[in-house]
Amino acid sequence: MKEPIGTTGLALNEPLIWEKGRKGRTGFSLPKRDVEHAPLDEALTGDGPDLPDLSEVDVVRHYTRLSQWNYGVDSGMYPLGSCTMKYNPKTHERQAALPGFASAHPLLPASLSQGILRMMATLQRFLGEITGLPAVTLQPAAGAHGELTGMMIVRAYHNDRGAPRHKILIPDTAHGTNPASSVLCGFSPVPVKSNERGVLAPETVAELMDEDTAGIMITNPNTLGLFEENIRKIADIVHGKGGLVYVDGANMNAMMGIVSMGNIGVDLMHLNLHKTFSTPHGGGGPGSGPVCARQDLAPFLPVPRVKEKDGTFHLSYDHPKSIGKVHAFYGNVGILIRAYSYILSMGPNLKKASQLAVLNANYVKEKLKDTFYLPYDRPCMHECVFTDKWQEAHKITTLDIAKRLIDYGFHPPTIYFPLVVHGAIMIEPTETESKETLDTFIASCKAIAEEAKESPELLREAPTKPKVRRMDETRAARHPQLAG
Amino acid sequence: MKELNELILPEDVKFTDEHEWARVEGDHVRVGISDYAQDQLGDVVFVELPEVGSSFNKGDEFGTVESVKTVSEIYMPVSGEVVAINEELADHPEYVNTDPYGKGWMIEVAPSDLSEMDSLLDKNAYLKLLEEE
Repeated sequence: MKEPIGTTGLALNEPLIWEKGRKGRTGFSLPKRDVEHAPLDEALTGDGPDLPDLSEVDVVRHYTRLSQWNYGVDSGMYPLGSCTMKYNPKTHERQAALPGFASAHPLLPASLSQGILRMMATLQRFLGEITGLPAVTLQPAAGAHGELTGMMIVRAYHNDRGAPRHKILIPDTAHGTNPASSVLCGFSPVPVKSNERGVLAPETVAELMDEDTAGIMITNPNTLGLFEENIRKIADIVHGKGGLVYVDGANMNAMMGIVSMGNIGVDLMHLNLHKTFSTPHGGGGPGSGPVCARQDLAPFLPVPRVKEKDGTFHLSYDHPKSIGKVHAFYGNVGILIRAYSYILSMGPNLKKASQLAVLNANYVKEKLKDTFYLPYDRPCMHECVFTDKWQEAHKITTLDIAKRLIDYGFHPPTIYFPLVVHGAIMIEPTETESKETLDTFIASCKAIAEEAKESPELLREAPTKPKVRRMDETRAARHPQLAG
Repeated sequence: MKELNELILPEDVKFTDEHEWARVEGDHVRVGISDYAQDQLGDVVFVELPEVGSSFNKGDEFGTVESVKTVSEIYMPVSGEVVAINEELADHPEYVNTDPYGKGWMIEVAPSDLSEMDSLLDKNAYLKLLEEE
């Protein structure tokens, strides 16, 4: 391996911003007052917020220093499984900052918002085409919110048919938010076990599916990074009993332009624009979780909807079967602009992005399967899942391996998830990483596995290079200190 | 992680295959999670317990244990009514790690059918189960 990318350097300490404040210091000058003092209604006055007095350079240094302690996708590879931490091209920021978008107020009338409404209508059409599910709402603010919106639509659909249903099938390889979203909608989740290949068997679904079950919530590809290869048969079984198939599209990065969800029996799904469509997330959010559905489910989608009539756009509210509003105004519009920019930049290469994401994950899987135990040895999609089984003999755990990767200059992968795999190490490289970066990552993992055998203390004490060492997560969880 | 021969598996409790233990104490049954379970979970940071007076069937989920790694459900070893819960775990969840069969107990149950204890695993049967896992 060449010189490791992880190194040490001068990091600057920085106190809480309240400790930096000095009375009377300020970052800007107010223009000279040109009106007389006037008393304010007492109901509107009171103590101001507790903000420190700071100069501009105090603020700039504060946040610059904090950012230097941080690690982001702009610093290096961030293979956090299930999170699709792909690079966010800077052109998105440029488009989102265009004054026509950035300065638009949500209370402007439609006649003065034609550009932004056109962008939203076009994005809906793009997402409808990518998923094969043409009825689209852009309102939900993130993935779990998309799930909730989807489940509300499922409930509204069954209620509208005069036959409310009470259960929902959820595989053990689903995202943890799936059962929570369905419970919030009044459904009882029924767990479905995946088979020895790590996917759902149609027979298992057939045994559990009945006429009180509203449908199935299936993450595809699932959290093992495997494609639910029986989805078509499973959809037929669920439809046969009058249920709907909901797909958690959080892992859509494996399938853009490759799988039409509408064609494989999916009735509705959400997308995570902040993952698949390359908008900032993980502290840089907010997110966006549009829901795409079959055309005949359109009546149930949230209001308002962006509609076109004679070449002009408006927001329409008159949809009596709608589940109503799910977000103030119209969702996180700034994020929609970034996703729209991404789709236009990529064009037909969206498919290539998915192909490369899958290729990268399979490359890492093949190169590391003699280093870490691979519980499901078969082609994966956008991510692969290893475990610490071979390192257990040296009393080294997944956590130690993840912490040591920090010393090597990488963000650790997702660990201890999915729960169906003991000591999981879940790696999602995304299409962002070049072969050179992947090779450095692989060489680092191999070096760490050697260290686990030869000098396990290096792992137990890791990380040693960053500004802070291993955090006491236990104490933080048992005695959280939430005030500044 | 502990090796199997390092695990504490007392003779006076019975185990479930979901890694709870149950000990008969007078008319009641005291319940917690095994040394193996706490070792697998890692540092426990929160234990969610049911209200006193609630009733469950054998195998029902009666609470959750949250560790730095994961959240895990806990299941009733026997059917019955919860007559006491370990209030101390609210401030000292670490008792589940440091003393799983003592100060780390979770609930006390008035069993509806004490013979259900016979269906649980003794130390040797439980150890055999762990060897297979």
